[in-house]
Order: sequence, then structure tokens, then C-alpha cells
Amino acid sequence: MRTLEVKNDSLSEMEKYESMEHGVDGMKTRCPSTDIKNKENDEIIITDCLGERYMGCAKKSGILRIKGTPGNALASYLDGGTVLVDGNAQDAAADTMNAGLLAVRGSAGDALAYGMRGGRVYILGDAGYRAGVHMKAYGDKRSILVIGGRAGSFLGEYLAGGIIIVLGLGYEGKDITGYFCGNGMYAGTIYLRTDKTPLNLSQNLIKRDVTKEEKEKILSPILSDYAATFSLSLERCLSGGFIAIEADKSKTYGELYAAV
Amino acid sequence: MRRYRIRKDESCILCLRCSRECSFGAIEVKDGKALLFNHEKCTDCQRCVTFCPTGAIYITEDENRFRENSVFKDDDIKEIILQAKTKGVLLSSMGAQGKNIPIYFDKILLNASQVTNPSIDPLREPMETSVFIGARPAKIERDANGKIVDNLPPHLELKTPIMFSAMSYGAISLNVHKALASASEALGTYWNTGEGGLHESLYKYKRNTIVQVASGRFGVHETYLNTAEAIEIKIGQGAKPGIGGHLTGKKIVGDVSKTRMVPEGLDAISPAPHHDIYSIEDLAQLVMSIKEATHFRKAVIVKVAAVHNIAPIASGIARSGADIIAIDGYRGGTGAAPKRIRDNVGIPIELAIASVDERLREEKIRDRVSIVASGGIRNSADVFKAIALGADAVSIGTAALCALGCHICASCHTGKCAWGIATQDPKLMERLDPEKGAEHLVNLVSAWTSEIKEIMGGMGINSIEALRGNKMALRGVDMNEKELEILGIKYAGE
Repeated sequence: MRTLEVKNDSLSEMEKYESMEHGVDGMKTRCPSTDIKNKENDEIIITDCLGERYMGCAKKSGILRIKGTPGNALASYLDGGTVLVDGNAQDAAADTMNAGLLAVRGSAGDALAYGMRGGRVYILGDAGYRAGVHMKAYGDKRSILVIGGRAGSFLGEYLAGGIIIVLGLGYEGKDITGYFCGNGMYAGTIYLRTDKTPLNLSQNLIKRDVTKEEKEKILSPILSDYAATFSLSLERCLSGGFIAIEADKSKTYGELYAAV
Repeated sequence: MRRYRIRKDESCILCLRCSRECSFGAIEVKDGKALLFNHEKCTDCQRCVTFCPTGAIYITEDENRFRENSVFKDDDIKEIILQAKTKGVLLSSMGAQGKNIPIYFDKILLNASQVTNPSIDPLREPMETSVFIGARPAKIERDANGKIVDNLPPHLELKTPIMFSAMSYGAISLNVHKALASASEALGTYWNTGEGGLHESLYKYKRNTIVQVASGRFGVHETYLNTAEAIEIKIGQGAKPGIGGHLTGKKIVGDVSKTRMVPEGLDAISPAPHHDIYSIEDLAQLVMSIKEATHFRKAVIVKVAAVHNIAPIASGIARSGADIIAIDGYRGGTGAAPKRIRDNVGIPIELAIASVDERLREEKIRDRVSIVASGGIRNSADVFKAIALGADAVSIGTAALCALGCHICASCHTGKCAWGIATQDPKLMERLDPEKGAEHLVNLVSAWTSEIKEIMGGMGINSIEALRGNKMALRGVDMNEKELEILGIKYAGE
């Protein structure tokens, strides 16, 4: 039984949801994202979500709580709203997200947080290939991606800013990233809770150990928020050593070229 | 690499204007009164020549050439030496310069009315140059009362079939964007932001703006998507099919850095693929997510470079839910591209338009999408021929920049454009007055539109939409049968 509960607001929104297409043609399946326009502080709960795409697309405010399995492009262009998922996210979640929070109490598929510009993406479980590709930051606005489990290959490729943290909870002693971690990144930082160097790490990247002060100053505030979101222990999230991967700024794309 | 030689004659009055105008450091002042020419820094941009009050300065090809060789030309040897010294990938800009790749527009001739069907005088008779681009409904539907059901998908209305191509903020200056935006408003056409985002001061031109979403996702957010009449997903561009963008760190300063959200002074990369698009289904997903974010009120364009299998690619795009396919041909320009790719990858736009139009007609999906062609459109006759070959409209980039002063010196990637176009240096940017620039753009497109009306009149047609795909209006010369077959036209005299 699919149910929709709209807290604090009118029934008409529910009617709209029921009149929506839920066709077998995945492409055409509409979602409540744009049709249900949350007013501020609204909370919408959708249960038994069955692969509807574009949930929470460009949502500006309010809370969307999803139980079940939302489809691809979850929370794409998210613009300040909060999307909470009790279940797994599929591919292209948080695509070009601008602000807000996406928290998935499960794992995420491929191309997570692609081109993300700001806000927070918290994944309790694992992430697929190509997570955090070309995330950005400018001034105070920065994108934050925290993955509780491990991430697939190509994590943080072309990173242009922001912070990616992979905790590897439950994968202690194993590789918590795949191949080509951080390839082509030119700014931003990838923090990994491990002492192992990522597989085939590029020569153009610098790997360093994270100091106690950096852990306190940068990781602790982010991870306390992350731990609170999923009711985890902060001590566990912060336990052990972290390594940081950053671009070697002396090796930019500029030197690849010779101007004619 | 020395390519050009700067000279002056006795009419020089030593006003030193040339040295102030040169942004490449090719003309220096020695002891405050003599000119020192650094020939190897000259790009032949003609800025000094244009501004010399006495016409005393000359720039010529350097006559010191390498010994003539039928295989290795002068440039070949110079490039080998450069690469041997630097280990670098050769970087250049503007459109392809493959000398042996034909420009088919020049081999196509237009028809005109004689005796049996009268021509029309465009000065007297009304001529319709407006086009609507976007998906067209398969049939007209009426409700129970016989009223037409207004269920048109979002579309763009162009007063003239000429738009301005995507050129990004960062690659070109804000003043150029201003000029393009206000000219588009005056002309009733559209300009395209390119992939570098949209400066907030240009939000007011919303009704004439197309915003672009590329693999770097620079400056893309909900407001950006909704501050436009259409959203273009850039998969590829004619100057560099298959590879991503590269913006030199010199151009990433101030607002460019802020709009793109990338660090100042560091080279920015637009990855080669969209990392979330691996198939037509993935493309359909991005198209639909953009439609969701814009409440299904905006047309979505998918821009691809003209490559070998362009017809099936276009067919896939048409089925992805996109409203418009933009095809950028081999000769399309760029702010920076590896030279080997620019000059060797892709196919001429004329062949691409004809084969895509033919394929979509065969599959009976031509009305699902409109085709916008670009890549080396130089004049109104090229526009006319592109439409007759099957395009709905065209975009011009290089031609528009020429109207703003560009002399195609192909040095955009240096960030030192002496004409204030492809630069972010505040002093150089001042050289382009956006209002004057807009006026020139309006003049150019208006002139082309008048010429198009004259050609239409001569042919006896009064609406540009009647020309789309009308290959009987064209004849070819100096082409083989295969070329004629692909273009779908007859040989002159047939």
C-alpha cells in the first residue's frame, strides 16, 4: 500500500499525488517532487516508494521523508530542502545539488553527488562508482559528502572543491575506495578513515596523514552532524587514523599544454 | 614560434599607440621613444594596425621559412620543435583549419524563379522569417466543443532563424555576454550562456536566454535553469568532439571563479563525458530531471558534435525526450582545444544536417525535434543553405565575435585577447563597449535577415519554414555522387 502523509498542510496535495502517473515506463514516472510544492516547515512522508525517479528534484524547503526505494536522480538540483531516505538510493542521487541535506539510511548507486555545489549528502552505507565527481566550493559555500561504508572506483574525480569523507565503517583493514580515487582533482579534499593508500593513486595527488588538530577542526564538526543524523557514535566515526588526498597544485592541467 | 613579422615605415610618428594596444607584448617601448618588436609574440590580431593613426605599421607572414618540402610544411616543423621542447599537447582556439576538408556550402548553388513561377519582391510583400523550434504535436486535437486543445510542448519563437552559439562566461568576457544578451532581446532571438554559468546582472534577459548544462556543471542550479527559455545539455562541440573543456587559470578570476565555483587561477576542467550519461536512457534521465526542475515549461536542447554516426545519435536524442537537437560541425569554434582534435575530428556540418534530417524523416520522428545547426556559418547564404538542407535554425558564434571586433587570431586560450573579447583582464575588457557591440550584432543579423528575405523572394517563397529541408532549392557543383547522395541534392544542370 502506497501512502502519503502530509503533515501541517492540506489534503489537496495528497490528491495531486494520487492522480500522478505511476506507469511501468520508468522514464515517464512522475514524482511528487515538483507537484507537491512544500511550504516551509512542511513535512511529507512517502511510504513504499517503488522506484519513482526525481524525488525531491530542485526542492527548496521543507522535509521529504521517503520510506522504500526512490529511483534515479533522487534530490537532483536540491536547493535547500531536506530529503531523508529510509532505504537505498539509486544512481545519480544529489546530481548538481546546490544546498540542503540528503541523508540516505542505506547505500547509494553510481554517480552520487555529481557536480554538487553545496549542502550535505550523508550516506550511511556504501556508494557506487563515480561518487562526488567534480564537486565544488566557493568561499563559505562548500559541498560535503560523507559515505559511512566504502566507495567504488573513480571517487572524487575532477574534484574542484568541497570535502569527501569515506569512513569505511565495518570495512576495517580493507580497501575502502576503488581504483582511480581522486583522478584529475584540482582542489578540495578527500578524507579516508584508513591507513592504506588508495589503489593505484595518481602521481599528481598528494597523500598525507591527518593531524589531530585537523581532525578536531574540520572532521569533528562534520562527523558529529553525520553521527547525529544516523544516531551513530561520534567516537566510532572519528576513531583511528585518517588520510587526506589532495591535488598537487604544482601539477596543474596548464602544464599539459603547449600553446601554438 | 615566430610566424609573423612586424614592420613600420617612415610615416610612424612614435605616438607609441601600437605598444599600448598590443596585449601580447609584441611591441615594446625602448627608452621611452623607440619601438622594439618581439616578432615571436605577435599573433597577427591586427589591433596595432587598426589603431595606428598614420597607417605606418605592417604585419606580414614571416618570410623566413624552413626549406620547402612537399611533405613537411613550415608549421609542421615548427610544431615538432615546440613539442620536442615542451612535451606539451598543442593547444589552440577558434575553428578547425584542415585545409583539405571541403566547405560544402561553397559547392552548393541556390535556385531562383524565372518566367513560370514569379519571384516576390521582399520590399513590397511581407516575408516571414519567424521560426518556432521545439517538438511539434503529431496532430491537432479538438475538444468536445470543437476548440483546439492547446497542448503545445514548450518551444522557442525566433524572429529570424539565427541564434547566437554557446560561448561561456570565462572563455569570453562579461561584456560580450551583455552584448549578445541585449542584441538577442532586440532581435527577438536567443543567446546561449555556454557552460560557465550566468552572471546575475544578465538575469533580466531571461526571455532571450538559453542556459547550458555541461559535464562540468559550472554555475548550474535551480534558479539558473529557470532563468532561461530553454536548457541545453552539451554533450559535445564541433571544435573538440569527444573531449571536455579546459579553461586556463589566467581566465578564472573574480566573478568567473564565483559563477563557476572553481578556485581562482587554477585551470578548470570540464570532464570529457557527463559522468552520469553512459547511454540514451541515461540521457533521457538527465533530460527529464531538467524538465522536472523547470516544471515542464522549458524546452530541452541536446547539443552534440557532428561525428561519423551522427544520424543514429540524433535518432537516439530525439527519443530521449529532448525538444531540440543542436549539431555543431567540424568547423565550429572554441576558446581552447587541442589542435590535433580541432583539425582532425568530426565531419562538416552540411553533411551532418542532411543525414540527420533524412534519418529522422525515415523514422517518422522529424517532428518530434527541431534541428539547430552551427559550425562555420559565415553569411546569410550559409544560413539559407543549412535550412534548405534540413535545419530549422542556425547558431553563429565566430561570425558574432567578428561583429564585435574579433580578427580570428586564434589566441583565445592565452586570455590576452587584444579586442577585449576572450579575456578576463579588466583593462582589456574595457576595450569592448557592450552597447556598441550589441548594435553591431543587431546590424549583422538584421542585414543577414534582409538578405535571406531577398533570396526567399527570388525563389518565390514567402516563409522560411517552407524552405526547411527543401533540397530542390539546391544544386551542387564539384562534388562526387556520394557527396550529392548524402546531401540529397542534384548536380547543377540536372
